[in-house]
Amino acid sequence: MATKDYGGNTVDVNDEGYLTEFKQWNEAIGEAIAKEEGIEQMTDRHWEIIKYLQKYFEDNGEMPSIRNMKKTGVADTKELYSLFPGGPLKKSSRIAGLKKPESCI
Amino acid sequence: MKNLLILGAGTAGTMMVNHLNRKLNKKDWKITIVDQHKTHYYQPGFLFIPFDIYKEKDVIKNKKQFIPKSVEYVQEEIELIEHGTNNVVLKNGKNLPYDILIIATGSKIVPDEIEGLKGEGWFKDVFDFYTIEGASALRDKLENWKGGKFVVHLAEMPIKCPVAPLEFCFLADWYFTKKGIREKVEMTYVTPLTGAFTKQNCSDVLGYLMEEKNIKIVPDFDVELVDEKDNFVQSYDGQKIGYDLLVTIPTNMGDEVIARSDLGDDLNFIPTDKHTLQSKKKENIFVIGDATDVPASKAGSVAHFQADVLTKNIMKFINGKDLVKEFDGHANCFIESGFGKAFLIDFNYDIEPVEGTFPLPIIGPFALLKESRLNHFGKLIFRYIYWYLLLKGLPMPGISTQMTKIGKKIKTK
Repeated sequence: MATKDYGGNTVDVNDEGYLTEFKQWNEAIGEAIAKEEGIEQMTDRHWEIIKYLQKYFEDNGEMPSIRNMKKTGVADTKELYSLFPGGPLKKSSRIAGLKKPESCI
Repeated sequence: MKNLLILGAGTAGTMMVNHLNRKLNKKDWKITIVDQHKTHYYQPGFLFIPFDIYKEKDVIKNKKQFIPKSVEYVQEEIELIEHGTNNVVLKNGKNLPYDILIIATGSKIVPDEIEGLKGEGWFKDVFDFYTIEGASALRDKLENWKGGKFVVHLAEMPIKCPVAPLEFCFLADWYFTKKGIREKVEMTYVTPLTGAFTKQNCSDVLGYLMEEKNIKIVPDFDVELVDEKDNFVQSYDGQKIGYDLLVTIPTNMGDEVIARSDLGDDLNFIPTDKHTLQSKKKENIFVIGDATDVPASKAGSVAHFQADVLTKNIMKFINGKDLVKEFDGHANCFIESGFGKAFLIDFNYDIEPVEGTFPLPIIGPFALLKESRLNHFGKLIFRYIYWYLLLKGLPMPGISTQMTKIGKKIKTK
């Protein structure tokens, strides 16, 4: 298992850079990962989504789908793409310190 | 007398009814199977219809001929699964109480999930090939098509038979070459995945083949809408791809009855234990085939391997024993690569498609993850195996339920 250092915080990561221990996560780490994902400035709205994902994961043991977030009124798909360009779930789950959503076969 | 009820008489439901009809004690159990449709389609055959390799008659038979006579076959729409009271309500108001329920209601394309897809261009310049109607309409279109921008588009995963879109590209390349218009056709494959296929090993091989056949891949494309006035598909991040002829694989979803009965996820797939095939909601409900949410391929070959495990588990459940956790995600499929050749892949939850031989170690005769003429004949012969052995739940010689590792170059994840 690889480790990575974010401003003095050493965290365990998998080979795709996702944290393997959520308890090692904090907001500063989230911000550093966001920069790696090309998101220079995390806004309040970014953090709302991140907190939502963390809460959802805690309650359900998995990530919500984009369709689910749209259906439940959390955020529409267009907005998610503008907040996390290129791959809303892949990026937001990594910033949130959660595992990568399982890709489908 | 107890009731075992099967919903859906497609590939999975038909196999289960045949297996259980042989296993269950008829003095204690009555088996009923429900399906609203009369016709059984050999769905893998849809792929060949646009290119006029198969006709409609090659893929159509009456469902009834595959259902044992001693079983009650009800042709009616399903209104609701009342899982709280172990009852199924049909559209005609009839109730079917059950002791054990097997759900095999499948999945289907839902073009309405994508903005603009079912608009003015639908079945004019925009087609699917996952339905008999789409495949036949596309054949008629291709017959007189003179060339231009030919875009094959995959909306989102999971889909029934994940290799079919690629096979479609390879067969289209062959078809246009035979017609002598290949150089007038600009072929593009648009996918939300990062490569040609979900499994890395296979994606590398197939990606190379796409390149060799001059089919451009546009990866990471999450479709937002289809504009059928100006003929382009657009992604959420603003990328636009123009087409003259668009062949799309729309979102796949489970049946609406699953949503009505509050049994499914956002795509109406039913949360199911991936090794035992018991539903996560109720212990007397089991799920098989593409109706489940298990992370395996939504293909008939998977349903076939699942049927062996599920038959065992229904018997265990009836006898009050622990269920076996034997389903390993095993899938195998022929991949048509055009010009009379095909690949064959074999994989499961943990092992990626590998090189080797199938079904027998070393002897084969089929080569895994390699292109060959024999594999193509295997694919064509498979239609007969499907109708005469597979649906009837008869054993297929040499093919085991779990993936075998002998004779394969295994790399685990």
